[in-house]
Amino acid sequence: MGTSQSGPVHRFQDLAHKTGFSIEEIKTLNTRFLYLTQDEDTLRREHLANVSDLALNPIRRQIIEAFFDKRNMGEKERGCLQEIGFEEFVTVLSFFRPPKPHTADEEMKNIKKEKLRFLFNMHDTDNDGIITLDEYRCVVEELLSSYEIIGAETAKAITDAAMLEVANVTVGQMAPDEFYEGITFEQFMQILKDVEIETKMNIHFWNLDTMTVQCGK
Amino acid sequence: MELKMFILVLGLLVGSGSPDIGPNQGKCSDSLDPGPQNQGNHTLTPHSKKNFPVLSFGYDHVRLPFEISLWVLLASLMKLGFHMMPRLSSIVPESCLLIVVGLLVGGLMKLVAEVPPVLESKIFFLYLLPPIILDAGYFMPIRQFTENLGTILMFAVVGTLWNAFFVGGLLYGVCQFEGHRLVNVDLLSCLLFGSIISAVDPVAVLAVFEEIHINELLHILVFGESLLNDAVTVVLYHLFEEFSSVGTITVMDVFLGVVCFLVVSLGGIVVGAIYGLLAAFTSRFTSHTRVIEPLFVFVYSYMAYLSAEVFHLSGIMALIACGAVTRPYVEANISHKSHTTIKYFLKMWSSVSETLIFIFLGVSTVAGPHEWNWIFVVATLILCLVARVLGVVGLTFVINKFRIVKLTSKDQFIIAYGGLRGAIAFSLVYLLNTDHFPKRNMFLTAIITVIFFTVFVQGMTIRPLVDLLAVKKKQETKRSINEEIHTQFLDHLLTGIEGICGHYGHHHWKDKLNRFNKKYVKKCLIAGERSKEPQLIAFYHKMEMKQAIELVESGGGSKLPSAVPSTVSMQNIQPKKPPQDRALPQLSKAREEEIRKILRTNLQKTRQRLRSYNRHTLIADPYEDGWNEILIKRKRMMELEKKISQMNNYLTVPAPAPDSPTIARARLASDPQAWGLKSLTESIPTIKVDLASPQSPESFNMVDEIGKKGSQPKVSEEEDGLTMKVPSTTKLRKDKTANEDDDKEPQQRLMRCLSDPGPAGEEDDEDEPFLH
Repeated sequence: MGTSQSGPVHRFQDLAHKTGFSIEEIKTLNTRFLYLTQDEDTLRREHLANVSDLALNPIRRQIIEAFFDKRNMGEKERGCLQEIGFEEFVTVLSFFRPPKPHTADEEMKNIKKEKLRFLFNMHDTDNDGIITLDEYRCVVEELLSSYEIIGAETAKAITDAAMLEVANVTVGQMAPDEFYEGITFEQFMQILKDVEIETKMNIHFWNLDTMTVQCGK
Repeated sequence: MELKMFILVLGLLVGSGSPDIGPNQGKCSDSLDPGPQNQGNHTLTPHSKKNFPVLSFGYDHVRLPFEISLWVLLASLMKLGFHMMPRLSSIVPESCLLIVVGLLVGGLMKLVAEVPPVLESKIFFLYLLPPIILDAGYFMPIRQFTENLGTILMFAVVGTLWNAFFVGGLLYGVCQFEGHRLVNVDLLSCLLFGSIISAVDPVAVLAVFEEIHINELLHILVFGESLLNDAVTVVLYHLFEEFSSVGTITVMDVFLGVVCFLVVSLGGIVVGAIYGLLAAFTSRFTSHTRVIEPLFVFVYSYMAYLSAEVFHLSGIMALIACGAVTRPYVEANISHKSHTTIKYFLKMWSSVSETLIFIFLGVSTVAGPHEWNWIFVVATLILCLVARVLGVVGLTFVINKFRIVKLTSKDQFIIAYGGLRGAIAFSLVYLLNTDHFPKRNMFLTAIITVIFFTVFVQGMTIRPLVDLLAVKKKQETKRSINEEIHTQFLDHLLTGIEGICGHYGHHHWKDKLNRFNKKYVKKCLIAGERSKEPQLIAFYHKMEMKQAIELVESGGGSKLPSAVPSTVSMQNIQPKKPPQDRALPQLSKAREEEIRKILRTNLQKTRQRLRSYNRHTLIADPYEDGWNEILIKRKRMMELEKKISQMNNYLTVPAPAPDSPTIARARLASDPQAWGLKSLTESIPTIKVDLASPQSPESFNMVDEIGKKGSQPKVSEEEDGLTMKVPSTTKLRKDKTANEDDDKEPQQRLMRCLSDPGPAGEEDDEDEPFLH
């Protein structure tokens, strides 16, 4: 990496402390990061787009964008970065870290909120804090994009139904000429409260493939 | 045994046609020989004329079916009776009550000095068990099952092995210690007994867990364990049975035993999967013979079970595999009515089977040969409990290292406590050969005691314990489309992240399997265009259909089931348009063209739509009560329907979300014909058409459009005119007209199912949409 020996270790410890990963996991992630960037210092969108597994994923664009979204870096800014370093990489991945056992309920709620915030940011592409009908429709269209025969009306219908449902559940009473702007973060949390995000949105961080294909979980 | 003899005898009876063979000489059977024999008068001269027998008694040749029907009737009446005593059924689980009934019936029969029938192993394994297992396998929540597969396998395989050897070994020790009466019980017998008794029983678990509505994770863990341990039980059983005749075990035998286990379990699954794929493939061609569709599912599954039993493979696993593999493809192919039929037949059969099993358990207890030995029985009981607890705790400790969602000690307690034994163990012991196992009767008694203990004590106390420990209960929420969207989104997201991290985990393989499924398997097994339908759309279809059915069935007059009374409607969501006056709006040419095109493409296909939908256009405002008015409305709507049925070019309007009652009002907007009778509807007092009236002019436009065009309906090229929304320049109308126009099938489905209000539109048990 070009720097002194103590530098990276110190960096890793900071990162471990900040994100909750263990030192081992950070080291493995670092190896993977270098593999992805082909030994450069920063990660750009093309590097991620080269990952073969992502090619078939219908929402790959949004996944890649999420890595470059400033809102996920814990800062209050908005907007996108063009390239990210290892720290940002690990920060984004920390959203998928499984909660440690014996976590208190309060802590679990925070974790759930953070994960939902990540999802919300993925949908809210124009950074205005609200998921509008159009943004939601984009989401549905992308999900269905791997099937060739979908007409635009289908996605629209599903989106309309979904938004109607959200409005029903969260707002309830609306006069006929009121306008429902979009899904705010609180409403988003409310409609997804049954999905148990904190247990579902996790992956295991061991056995990472850094060089060759390895099977295993 | 009596039953068997009678079966043989009656077979001979009917076959030979001679009424004199048989133990009951005293009765006459006239149906085979209506000649000279009559009224018990045996000394006849062949030439005297006798009176024609008007009424005679012949019981023998219907004896078997009669008795079976009596038993089934008894079981069903008992079930009815229990639910009439709500207090009793809330304290005592049904299975206990049924065993008590069985005991009573057995006692009665003994009093009458007739031999009560014992739960024959053959009858049990061939007729009573398969429906229950098929029901469980068909409605298995595959998602949770595969997510927890590792845990379930650990409990099923390692846990059962541990239980078997622990109980068997220690029992042998106890027997040695005890001396005189028990000393000749050898190790193999004890091990065999241990392996039989250590298996958690799916029937008992289902019966008890069904009533306590525990959360899905625990349910699937215990239930999955009870299903998968069948393979272990089968292998151990055969192993020890073989060895008991041979006498010695070598290392080679142990190795072969392990191989046998793999063969039995994997073989069973393969057999089941093959039959499942066959059934799916067959269902692809059943579009013209809808009535026998359910039959294919049942027969193929039963054949899978029997085929596995032929080779001594695990029949239960075959059945589960068949049901689980069949379901996603068959459901995409069959009609809605067949789907309902399958569901209800399975539930009915499994319910009756379960009831019969428990009653027979009770009867067999009274009948069966018993040998009571205090020490043995008590030791068995204690060892079983201890083994279970130790096994669960130990295994959870290991398992938690690999799980994301750890199992808490509460969970462990419920898993341990929910390990009920049941009729399978009983039947297996019953099958034992008395020559090889002289102590069979003692085993039988011990097993019955353990079964009684687990079912009564554990079954009765588990419900208050669940409440006491505040274990999470099952979420009764309906699956919403938002959750479905986000579940899919999460799946793809996690797969993507796994791809970025280079981690080939659970999601990666699941994604690969899904892609394989979509690309190759679905094309073969699903008929027509539905093979290309994405899961989200299938889910959306299904949801709409459900809502439609619910609305139709509640459409008469009762209030709509509304979880959240809300007045939000479609127009609140659409981006604001400049307010227009409510007179006839001028549609731009482009709009007109769009409307025309949509109408044309949908008109042909909607010819046979549910006219009954019109009924709920006049649903009363839920905040009012006026039954009479509702009835009047209904009558008027019937007349309307008759008139509408002459015109067959209109669009029907399935219901939107049931929890927005305002939407239910005045859906006449989409029904051009009904507008001709607008005056009629407006005179009905409780219709609040304030929200609908703005749209009436628009619809008039549509009517004109239809009239003008004199529609040449051409079949739409679009494969998925999923939703037909007439775009509007003013407010969008509140309801969506969802026409499932993919092919005729869903439409016919809709037509059929809605023209005959079937069972109440209850929530489907399945949580997977039609397509996997």
